[in-house]
Amino acid sequence: MDAGLLAQYIMNGLMLGMMYALVAVGFTLFFGVMDIINFSHGHVLMVGAFAGLATYFGLSEIGISWAPAQVMIMLTVATICMAALGMLIAKYLVLPLKAAPPLNTLLITLMLGTVLHEAIRLFYPKGANPQRFPPLLPTDAYTFGNFTLRIDSAMILLAGLGVIIGIHLLINKTKLGLAIRAVAQDEETAKTMGINFTLVVLITFAIGSGLAAFAGILHGFYYSEINFAMGLLLGVIGFSCAIVGGLGNIYGAIIGGFLFAALQTIGVLAMPFASAYKDVFAFGVIILIMAWRPTGLIREKISERV
Amino acid sequence: MSGTRDLLASLLPAVVGAVVVTVYLLLVLSVESQAGITVLLVAGAITIMAFVRFGSTARFGRSFAAQENTLNLLIILAVLVITGFFYEDHFVLLLVATVIIYVIACLGLNVQFGYTGVLNFAGAAFFGIGCYTAAVLTMHTPIPHVLILVIGGMMAAVIGSILILPVLRTRSHYSAVVTIAFALLFKIFLEVNDTLGGPQGLRVQGMNLLGWEFNNNIEIGENLEISFYVNYILIGLLLLAVTFTFVKRLERSWVGLNLDAVRLDETAAACFGLNISRWKITAFTIGNFLAGMAGALYAMMIGFIAPTNFTFGDSLILVSIVLLGGIGNPWGLVVATTILIVLPEKLQAIQEYRFLLFAAMVILILLFRPEGLLPRPLRTYLPGWRPK
Repeated sequence: MDAGLLAQYIMNGLMLGMMYALVAVGFTLFFGVMDIINFSHGHVLMVGAFAGLATYFGLSEIGISWAPAQVMIMLTVATICMAALGMLIAKYLVLPLKAAPPLNTLLITLMLGTVLHEAIRLFYPKGANPQRFPPLLPTDAYTFGNFTLRIDSAMILLAGLGVIIGIHLLINKTKLGLAIRAVAQDEETAKTMGINFTLVVLITFAIGSGLAAFAGILHGFYYSEINFAMGLLLGVIGFSCAIVGGLGNIYGAIIGGFLFAALQTIGVLAMPFASAYKDVFAFGVIILIMAWRPTGLIREKISERV
Repeated sequence: MSGTRDLLASLLPAVVGAVVVTVYLLLVLSVESQAGITVLLVAGAITIMAFVRFGSTARFGRSFAAQENTLNLLIILAVLVITGFFYEDHFVLLLVATVIIYVIACLGLNVQFGYTGVLNFAGAAFFGIGCYTAAVLTMHTPIPHVLILVIGGMMAAVIGSILILPVLRTRSHYSAVVTIAFALLFKIFLEVNDTLGGPQGLRVQGMNLLGWEFNNNIEIGENLEISFYVNYILIGLLLLAVTFTFVKRLERSWVGLNLDAVRLDETAAACFGLNISRWKITAFTIGNFLAGMAGALYAMMIGFIAPTNFTFGDSLILVSIVLLGGIGNPWGLVVATTILIVLPEKLQAIQEYRFLLFAAMVILILLFRPEGLLPRPLRTYLPGWRPK
């Protein structure tokens, strides 16, 4: 195989990995502050993408047709709406079940995911069909041998990287980040130090869900199509990435995201005759990794309390 | 004579309850108009709420608990009465048979995470393994069909054993991802695999027991023709009775005690010398076997299976049934399965919205009654003992 084609595969893998990483970071943030899995996360991503699409139609309606403005407004509106949705989820579904067994929280968020998924299918106009996502990003392309660099892919990749760096700075350099880390490390102590636990949880859910909306819109731009059923698979992949990386660790989630994308790409490369099996291969490897490292590649630091 | 009187007095509420529920089910199943169904459902809900409000449920509960053996027979009788009443109505009988088969599969999940706390989000996948085993074996081999039920269960248990190592090594959320990954992997595998029919699925031969063709209607005399689903209800009921007794006995035995100990506190159980891995493997294998066996019967009844029957969503429905019924209580399963299978089918008007309403209902139950509809009662160590 020549270098150009390989570069093409690597580029596609990086794109996918970036999206998975954005989803996985959300999972790991939620786990950090509340020790729960929010399984509606993938569906929130899907609703975010639809919110972006609806915003686009709204903007076309009122006559704003300058593409960069449309993209910026779509991203802003979707992110803010999903951040609000995330806070609602935290307030009314996750926090009330704080004392219940983890299975209940897992199930309640899964069911919320079903509600979101069905609501889009039934109430979005023609929601049962795949929706075309408007190609608002420039579509110029540079060709180097077998490798085609499309400007829109590069922009999506850079935007994702920017967001990940932003999250890194937010968690590590700001006072809010300090509060989030404190709650993640020890809830009781954080409370006695004067941190408003409920507020931190709500903000964390807002950040995570906003990230999901962002990823959803990038996903829409990349594939030029969104549908109501994309949430479940993306959610499960994001969850697997977060788990493989080690729950509660942001860098683990990012590594997990790129690892999963790499597995899918390798699945295609290594078995060109059976590329349909790429997901079977990727999930199989995930199960093997779990058997090898039961708490993820980057292990959780806390020791088990008896 | 007072002994007989006491027995009658303790039996009466249970018998009355069973009769009322049977008549109610008969009504719900036979009414066709949406208005009629709605009225019936509202009336049922109000009655139950009134009973809960005035505290009469405890009396029924005690009666049920004290006379469980008689009641098992009563319930079987009730199913037979319902079957007899609708003897030529294919649709209703299909519903009854589906409920029976789902209860068997959910009993398997109940052993896994109701008793032992081993999470399994791939219930539909193991059910599906049973289905595909039945499809391949009935079409291509002359193996007797009763054996295929057992082989279907064994296949599910054997394939499930691939997951044993990761499931044993991981805990809570980490072990959830193992089974979730397996559920997705299984469905994607079926869709891309051409040997097993791909997305189009496979045909399955109907059951044949010693020359008795299950998929022919039963004709008695000149003008009495009984729907062929009655065959499946009968064999399903037999299987269910065996499985139910097995699960109840398992719970009652020292094995069940060990399983409970593993669920409640692994560390403490290990300190008392229990082999955690052994009990987790036992529960996981038994559960998958039951799901696979139910799947094999289901495939033979339906006659046609496709990967869309075994999605992650279906696994979630199985998990919700167990949780909704009250984790660890087989009776709760029966109630929850009946509600979750019959209600959407009868409410044709909400057919389109049924998953939405169903998910919303589970959310409400988790928020306001997290222990499920019929919570598991305290373990009684001595027969007849009850908490004062």
